[in-house]
Amino acid sequence: MFPRPIAQRSRPVQIAYQAILPVALIIWLLPLIGIAVTSIRPASDLASGNYFGIPSSFAGVENYTAVFRNSNIGYYILNSFRVTIPTVIGAVALSCLSGYALAIYRFKGNLIVFFMFVAGNFVPFQILAIPVRDLTLKLGLYNSMTGLILFHVAFQTGFCTLFMRNFMKALPFSLVEAARVEGIGEWRIFWYIILPLVRPAMAALSVLIFTFIWNDYFWATVMAQSADVRPITAGMNELKGQWKVAWELIAAASIIAAMPPVAMFFLMQKHFIAGLTLGATKG
Amino acid sequence: MASSTSFFRRNRRRIAPWLFLAPGITMFLLYVIYPVFQSINISFYEWDGLGPKTWVGLQNYADLFDDPSFYTSLKNNLIWLVLYLLAIPAGLAVALFLNQTVPGIRLYKSLFFFPFVISQVVVGLIFSWFYAPGFGLLPKIIKVLTGSEIAVLADERYATLAVIAAGLWPQTAYCMILYLTGLNNINPEQVEAARMDNAKGWSMLWHIILPQLRPATFIALIVTVIGALRSFDLISIMTVGGPYGSTRVLSYFMYEQALSEYGTAMGYGAAIAVVLLAIMLVFITLFIVRMLSQERNG
Repeated sequence: MFPRPIAQRSRPVQIAYQAILPVALIIWLLPLIGIAVTSIRPASDLASGNYFGIPSSFAGVENYTAVFRNSNIGYYILNSFRVTIPTVIGAVALSCLSGYALAIYRFKGNLIVFFMFVAGNFVPFQILAIPVRDLTLKLGLYNSMTGLILFHVAFQTGFCTLFMRNFMKALPFSLVEAARVEGIGEWRIFWYIILPLVRPAMAALSVLIFTFIWNDYFWATVMAQSADVRPITAGMNELKGQWKVAWELIAAASIIAAMPPVAMFFLMQKHFIAGLTLGATKG
Repeated sequence: MASSTSFFRRNRRRIAPWLFLAPGITMFLLYVIYPVFQSINISFYEWDGLGPKTWVGLQNYADLFDDPSFYTSLKNNLIWLVLYLLAIPAGLAVALFLNQTVPGIRLYKSLFFFPFVISQVVVGLIFSWFYAPGFGLLPKIIKVLTGSEIAVLADERYATLAVIAAGLWPQTAYCMILYLTGLNNINPEQVEAARMDNAKGWSMLWHIILPQLRPATFIALIVTVIGALRSFDLISIMTVGGPYGSTRVLSYFMYEQALSEYGTAMGYGAAIAVVLLAIMLVFITLFIVRMLSQERNG
């Protein structure tokens, strides 16, 4: 293990390490702690210049209810879920299929198709924006949930296919061969043999895509015009303009907007990190 | 009917992969690959997005190379790229600091990773507040040190740097998690053998640890470079490109020209996007070449 385990060090070093850890964490999260404290501050504190001291009273309940009362944030959160959940399902489903094709079959063009998915995944959003908006308009889906979801599903399929294909490739191929000898059809092999084995990969992708889509701001701005389809990220930008200096409200709204992906991360931490660090260990 | 069934049966393994691929590949071609070429095509036209297109050849590019805003954006992209790379050594440092087995360390690791999970919109808001003149923490600190307050986001000299600093926060967390995973997979025997030979500290890190962390470093490099070139959210939230357009990058400049409320210069915007794509292609190619050699070797 590197660095040398602290347990093998002298007692003072151990104590120093244990003491530095929380201090370092507080400094690291200082901006976040600041915003969290601000979100429970009464507005009078901000008016009288008490920005960093102890809040004069706990106004958390007022602030958070005011956020919901004075804005459409409830709808924005709902919209974010309405975009995020179908996208996760769609992208994971499509990538299971294409990942299977690329991992199990040898055919001409396999690598080309694979690298098309990989390369497409890295292009800047701006090169897609004009044609995608145009296409969505022509399909009559502009400013609709479906329009946004279809694009997200398509784009995320790139990353997900890369992930799924590599995961399936690491499975023992003999499973497929044995099934073929038994005369089992290709679809049944996929459905009954491979899919149950890739559940961890599906979990990892689900949390990752959930976070990516929840946090998407660019497409939310470009593809959603009206409040009834606006996800929380674009909604936050609007609220920031609306509330200007009411930082206790902006802070509370920020905390609300950050909650779902944070909760997802803590619930599915192992899968989340496994997905994110794909490729960081071998190769 | 019978003959078509038997044709399928005979060629099942040749047809099956394309059937499995069909939905994914159709969507990806329609929404990702084809639009790339459409954008390249649009960049040769003058188009307001609604009316007819007028072919102008390379005029959009000629205009672009005469536009001072383009050079500001390009320069800022370069600054982003270089400074964003700091996230890699910073992430490594945090990972080395946290790679211990004391009680509660798992929770510490998760909390250090926190900034990456939050959306950049929220990160941007948090840092706007942190930088806010009059009451933000940073102006207060600067005042104590220098005697005068600076509104960093309103100052052309510092605005881009201040936005990048906000971006480095989640990006460092990302690199940290990559390195923590890498450190977890280091061959302990090699480390012990090197310790027998009296290697420690920096020389151990440089000669034994870093070579084993190369896959993590490569991924960190790619995601950081792509992240730097994709920067958009923070600029949109924190400065809206200002003051006086001084914090624009290509992605934001393109948005202003073609996508925002007042942006109707589709051809011009597409040309900006093509330049951005060309820069990114360097790194995309690097990544693909490396993946390809991995495929060949195993």
